[in-house]
Amino acid sequence: MTTLKQTTLHDAHVAAGARMVDFAGWSMPVHYGSQLEEHHGVRREAGMFDVSHMTVVDVAGSGARDYLRYLLANDVDKLKENGRALYSCMLNEQGGVLDDLITYRREQGYRVVVNAATRDKDLAWMQQVARDMPGAPQVSVQERDDLDMIAVQGPKARELCLPLLPEALRSDVEALSPFRACEWQDWFVARTGYTGEDGFEVVLPKGETRALWDALAAAGVRPTGLGARDTLRLEAGMNLYGTDMDEQVSPLESGLGWTVALAPADRDFMGRAALEKQKAEGVPHRLVGLVLEGRGVLRGHMPVSAGEAGQGETTSGSFSPTLGVAIALARIPAGAGEQVQVEIRGKQVPARVVKPPFVRNGQALVEIH
Amino acid sequence: MSNVPAELKYAKSHEWVRQESDGTLTVGISDHAQELLGDLVFVETPEEGSSLEAGAACAVVESVKAASDVYAPVSGDVVAVNEQLGDSPELVNSDAYGEGWIFRVKPANTSELDALMDADAYNQHLEAEG
Repeated sequence: MTTLKQTTLHDAHVAAGARMVDFAGWSMPVHYGSQLEEHHGVRREAGMFDVSHMTVVDVAGSGARDYLRYLLANDVDKLKENGRALYSCMLNEQGGVLDDLITYRREQGYRVVVNAATRDKDLAWMQQVARDMPGAPQVSVQERDDLDMIAVQGPKARELCLPLLPEALRSDVEALSPFRACEWQDWFVARTGYTGEDGFEVVLPKGETRALWDALAAAGVRPTGLGARDTLRLEAGMNLYGTDMDEQVSPLESGLGWTVALAPADRDFMGRAALEKQKAEGVPHRLVGLVLEGRGVLRGHMPVSAGEAGQGETTSGSFSPTLGVAIALARIPAGAGEQVQVEIRGKQVPARVVKPPFVRNGQALVEIH
Repeated sequence: MSNVPAELKYAKSHEWVRQESDGTLTVGISDHAQELLGDLVFVETPEEGSSLEAGAACAVVESVKAASDVYAPVSGDVVAVNEQLGDSPELVNSDAYGEGWIFRVKPANTSELDALMDADAYNQHLEAEG
C-alpha cells in the first residue's frame, strides 16, 4: 500500500472529525459528519474546501502567450488585461480532453490551475508541447508546490473571508468582478469556484494556510468535504474530469463547445484539426442534464435509452440536495428528444432532458414536477 | 463507537432483527451501517406480501454518495414495510433501531435466527472489520 499524500490542513481535518478518503493519491476529507448539511451550508451561507491537492502551474517567458495559444482549445488572447481568468480544455491531437483548467493572466505571465488526478500526465504533456511545438517559443512551465489553495464559497463567503485576507490585498479583492483575480506577494485571490455560488479561491503560501483556515472557521465558515463539492458542482452543471469527460471524447461532446475558440481561423492549436473534422461530420453526442421523474437515485454510467435516437449513458449522477430529486449529466445521441429512460438496477425509469445548470446562486433553474 | 442494542440479533451484512411479540421480525440496518453510508436520500423497501429468501438482496438504501443492498436476514413473507421512509429516508440515520426500521417479515423457519449474531458477537465482528 502506498502512503497517501497529505495537505497542510490534514491535522485540521482530522481534528474536525473528517472522514478521510483516498482521492487521487491524497488523503482528503469527504465529509465532516454530514455531506447534506455541508451542501446546504454552501448554498445558504458559506463553506470552505481544502483544494491544496490541485496543481498550480506558472507559465512564463517571452513565448508564454504563443505557447498557451497552441496548448489550449480556448484562446488566452481573450484575456485582455492582467487578472482575467479563462476556462479551457487541454486536448490531445485527436481532440480528446486531457484535462480542463483555468488560466489567469498575470503581470509575470500566466497561472494555470489543473486537476490533482491528472497532475503527472498534465505536467509531462505541458513540458512535451513546450519542447516540440512549432516555433519553439521560449517558455518556462513551473509547478508551484510551495502554495496551497482554499476555496471559500457561498452567499456569505465574500463578506466573511474579506477581513481575514492580508490588509494590502483587501481593497483589490473587494473590487473583484466574477472571474477576475488579484495578487500581493504570494497571495493570489480569484473570484472563481466550483459550486455555482459566489466566493473566492485563495492561493497562498503553505506557512499561512492553517491560520487562514482556522480564522475562517472561527468566523463561521463551515469546513466542507469533497462529497458536498461533488453534489454542488453537479447541481451547478460543471463537468468533473475523468467522469464526465476524458481523452476518449471531445469538448464538443462534453457540453464545452463554448470553450473552444475556432476564431481566429489562423490560430493553430493542439486538437484543432480533429475538432474541425468532427464538426464537419456532425458531432454524434451531446452532454445534457437529466432530472429523474420516477423513484430512485441516478449515478454515473447508467444506460440511457433515447428511443430511436439510440443509447447513451449518465456520466455522473446523484440526489440533488437543493432540488430534492435525482439529477445527472448524461452523454446521449445528438438527436435525442426531451424524454429518455434510465436503467436503474434493471428497471427503466423516465427522466427529462434539461439544459444544465440545475442550480445557480441558491436558485433552482429547472422545473421540478 | 456505534450503538449496538443488546436485545437485537445481527447479520454480518449489518442488518438488525428484532423479535416482536406476534412472532414477526422487524428488520433494519445497524447504526454502524448508517454511519458508513452517510446521509440517506432514498430507501427502496421490499414489496408487502413478497417472499424473501435468507441472504438475498431485498431492499436498497442509498446515500448521497452510494447505493447499498439490504439482505434478508431470514426467509419469510414481508408483512409490513416502513412507508415513512419514502418521504423521510433520513429516519434511518437519526433512529436506525426505531423509526428507521425498513420491513417486517413473518419467518418461514425460526431456526434461521440461530445463524444470526447476538450483540457481543456483532461488536466483535465490527472490531474485526476495523
